[in-house]
Amino acid sequence: MLSLIRAVIGRDLRLAMRRQADIVAATFFFIIVVSLFPLGVGPEPDQLRRLAPGVLWVAALLATMLSLPRLFADDHRDGTLEQLALAPQPLALIVLGKVIAHWLVAGLPLVVLAPVLGVQFDLAGDALAVLTLSLLIGTPALSGIGAIGAALTLGVRGGGVLLSLLVLPLYIPVLIFGAGAVDATVTGLGAQAHLSLLGALALGGVFFAPWPTAAALRVALE
Amino acid sequence: MLEASNLECVRGERCLFAGVSFRLEGGEMLALQGRNGSGKTSLLRMLCGLTPAASGEIRWCGRPIAQLGDEFRSELCFLGHQNAIKEELTPLENILSTARLAQEPLDEDAALAALELVGLLGREDLACRYLSQGQKRRAALARLVHEKRALWVLDEPYVALDRAATELVAGLVGAHLQRGGLVVLTTHQAVAVPAGNVRELTLGDDVALQQRL
Repeated sequence: MLSLIRAVIGRDLRLAMRRQADIVAATFFFIIVVSLFPLGVGPEPDQLRRLAPGVLWVAALLATMLSLPRLFADDHRDGTLEQLALAPQPLALIVLGKVIAHWLVAGLPLVVLAPVLGVQFDLAGDALAVLTLSLLIGTPALSGIGAIGAALTLGVRGGGVLLSLLVLPLYIPVLIFGAGAVDATVTGLGAQAHLSLLGALALGGVFFAPWPTAAALRVALE
Repeated sequence: MLEASNLECVRGERCLFAGVSFRLEGGEMLALQGRNGSGKTSLLRMLCGLTPAASGEIRWCGRPIAQLGDEFRSELCFLGHQNAIKEELTPLENILSTARLAQEPLDEDAALAALELVGLLGREDLACRYLSQGQKRRAALARLVHEKRALWVLDEPYVALDRAATELVAGLVGAHLQRGGLVVLTTHQAVAVPAGNVRELTLGDDVALQQRL
């Protein structure tokens, strides 16, 4: 079981390394969107500090959205998805591997960049730490929940827009608790509660999402 | 072993075929024929369990394939008309990663031997997107060399292949039949398979016409 998940992750990471333009594009999108806000809103530190959690989290959601359509589309186009669906192992495990690989490629870079970008918003050290931690806990949920949407819109014309309409509302709880954690630190309330809820969402997203995703993929392959 | 009874395929509002029944034992091959759009690929996808049949039933060793699930899939090797190879990976990486995903460990020497057999030695380190259509097909067919699963379902295996490769694939199919395996394939070419009992089934003509009239 673990060796199957490892094999899927290994394959997807290797493919991502051969196609680095995709990773770079989503990461640069994140950097640019976040950097535009201080330029547009003006340099008052108080205002920026208040905006920071929301801006960084919304940018993270949008950057994740960018890479979602290709999660299954490439495999669908070249026929490998059929092969995965016909493998004698549960498709949900394969999906879990793909979700983990997607997070490593699309989610982890955001986590690494967040503290650097947070400095532009004059966030204090503890707020930066919580921001990074909240993204570290929350981005796996984005990959997991997003996989359901990517599978449901697989093969649909104009699927990209439909995918955003489907998935972004489902991201709302992650956004609220993720940004809320940073807000709570800035106002001195402590982020513990928000981070716990975020952790629960991530666990649910990563470990329960593969089953509906696998069901949706089977429908898409019919 | 593989038994289909009264299969019906409906696509949208059109009935592609109905009342298709056959029985295939070990060592037998079913060659599906029929004009374009007669439902050959749909029938193959049904046999794999990818598409549910509108009516009728498919049984493997006496039990419906929907019930068998993973047990049936572990006996099945499907090669669609898409090659299922990754353009970014080399033929060697493709064959190794396919084997790893199927949980059937294949060492590098065996993989290289398979590539040599299909004539891709010397190209094994070249990303597949630089290969020609026929070479990509060869890379996809290389997995048949070490394939031990009992039921092969091949959709147009000879497309894009030159004559030598066609004969090679026919040889692989023949060897598989000789081992007691089963093969279902679609083709528009008359290719002689060196061993095994070949049966033919032509889809379409009468059924499709009836529907249109």
